[in-house]
Amino acid sequence: MLLPRSGFQGFIGQSCQKGADLAPGVLRELLGVDIELMNADTETNVDTARTRAERLIQEGAHVLVGAFDSGQTAAVAQVAEQRGVPLIVNIAAAPQITEQGYRFVFRNFQTAPEIVKNGLSLIGDLLSSTGAEPKSAVFMHVNDTFGQAMAKGILATLPGLTQLPLRLADTISYDPAAKDLTVEVSRAKAAKADLLLLVCRLNDAILLRREMVKQRWQPMGVLSPGSPGMYEQQFIQALGKHAEHCISNVPWYNPKAELTRRVEQAFLRQNPKDRLVFHGLNVGFTFEAVLVAADAFRRAQSVDPRALAEAIRQTHIESKMMLGAPIKFNAKGQVEGIGSACVQNLNQMPRVVLPAAAAEAKPVFPMPGYKA
Amino acid sequence: MPVELILNVVLSGVLTGLVYGLMALGLSVIFGVVRVVNFAHGELMTLSMYGAVAMFQRFGLDPLLSLPALALCFFGLGYALQSLLIQRFVTRPEHSQFMLLLAVAVCLANAQLMLFGPDARNVSVDYQLDSLELGPLLIDVPRLYAGGAALCASLAMFAFFRHSRVGKAIRACADNYRGAQVVGLPIRRLYALTFGLGCACVAVAGCALTLLVDVTPALGPAYTLLGFVIVIVGGLGSMLGALLGGLLIGVSEALAGLLLTPSAKSMVSFGLLILVLLSRPQGLLGRRA
Repeated sequence: MLLPRSGFQGFIGQSCQKGADLAPGVLRELLGVDIELMNADTETNVDTARTRAERLIQEGAHVLVGAFDSGQTAAVAQVAEQRGVPLIVNIAAAPQITEQGYRFVFRNFQTAPEIVKNGLSLIGDLLSSTGAEPKSAVFMHVNDTFGQAMAKGILATLPGLTQLPLRLADTISYDPAAKDLTVEVSRAKAAKADLLLLVCRLNDAILLRREMVKQRWQPMGVLSPGSPGMYEQQFIQALGKHAEHCISNVPWYNPKAELTRRVEQAFLRQNPKDRLVFHGLNVGFTFEAVLVAADAFRRAQSVDPRALAEAIRQTHIESKMMLGAPIKFNAKGQVEGIGSACVQNLNQMPRVVLPAAAAEAKPVFPMPGYKA
Repeated sequence: MPVELILNVVLSGVLTGLVYGLMALGLSVIFGVVRVVNFAHGELMTLSMYGAVAMFQRFGLDPLLSLPALALCFFGLGYALQSLLIQRFVTRPEHSQFMLLLAVAVCLANAQLMLFGPDARNVSVDYQLDSLELGPLLIDVPRLYAGGAALCASLAMFAFFRHSRVGKAIRACADNYRGAQVVGLPIRRLYALTFGLGCACVAVAGCALTLLVDVTPALGPAYTLLGFVIVIVGGLGSMLGALLGGLLIGVSEALAGLLLTPSAKSMVSFGLLILVLLSRPQGLLGRRA
């Protein structure tokens, strides 16, 4: 299990780790398979991710799972391919991870273009369901591998979307490890756009939102068309009322699924003071990645990497936790048809507000001012 | 581009630059007198930031209120570090000094990692999200306080070195080491005092910076590097140069983020460094060797 449990992605890595930690118990009950986790911290560093993957393989890991971040995952994927050990990607959206003809790399997560397509489509649904008519948006994004891939997708897709006639007033990229975002927010505010479209991580999302409040910038909405950050517990804890009404259109879990119920029970046993809703995406996809490995082992009855890779290729899991189609890998090792939800922070909790079938609350849009 | 936007960004750069300047002032004073390059400067600053966070979490003390106590502690720490460790290396070759201070930096960074963990920590003061509206200017209150504290501390340092007997003695040491020995100045004690003062500067800068950024152990090397850029631009050993360098770097980074792209902020400060090294190697206010 390769996750960035320290460094500036540490909070999210630790959140993913919760999904990994509960997996062996749940899967023993579910599939009768015993799994031993070997955990490694990538320290939010591409080179460390590569060396930790090498070490895990040397120490006898049969399958690699990880690594949350696209850059780190791409490095781990190279190692997995060279060493012929299957890698099941829990979360990482850069398309190239499954576009390089790798035979040992599998991903049960949306690619950046899919996240963008679903995220923008949900923004269109949000506007039509609330009757709001923003005309322009400023687009801010982190300049790491994931952010660049998302930006490419958004800038290519948005102009052609007739159901979302938004003019991009400015596009601003920034360092995800930035210590200060004063200038970035000043520039975004000066664009006088109706909406802020944001592709962020966690720490920068907190910094950015704080800076928006300081600079008294009140757009109609702060929307992420598919990135982590704003639905995380730390975002809500750090910002309190200022975290309210931020919207993330992201792959999300199905609260009504039977597997979700089991995972939630296990989660609460291990984290009695915590709530699954704050870790839903991270725990869900990490758990499902381990589920894929366990399911493949059960069918292959072998820890031989080639046999495991072949079994993973034949995966067909219908009873799953996350929204969307069954887990089934295409020829490139990618699962298609994973669903997204529009998640809004309401009363200090991330709540599904769209699609209507899965909604837990009604969307609040435009967002009320800071002083309200 | 609206003028008020540029003014706001420049003001923010000036206030941040004052804090950077104070941090670099400590580095410059130590080099100017003791002739040792403090590679552990950034790590000492993150240590003071953790001190401010701890005081806030334990006693609810605003970092600006815990500033005098931390400055005093860091003065003592710097004094002890110089007297007990660095003094033995003052007459040794420069590479030995570099390695010693690098080792101190690594020890400090890892100790912070073990003590405080890798996650970012901050203080949530009541005025954290406040801003003042002054005509077209929107002034970030924590930044204003941080810049103000840094300016006061810098002025106090200038006054100390210009008007106090000890300050004059330290300057005499820096200007003419042999002459200072001949007239019987207690060089070792003055070196330790200087290192202590440099560390006190770092502590004040750290407290002020706690209001602006979250602290992690990984910040140390970045601030050491930033300190070097500032003192080289301003002039190694020049106190006024350090302050000027801090302001220049603060404002140029802010303007680069606005006029070019935010990703180019560091590129501009290093570009400025190269430009200064090419046109005026001793730094803007440094003396030619």
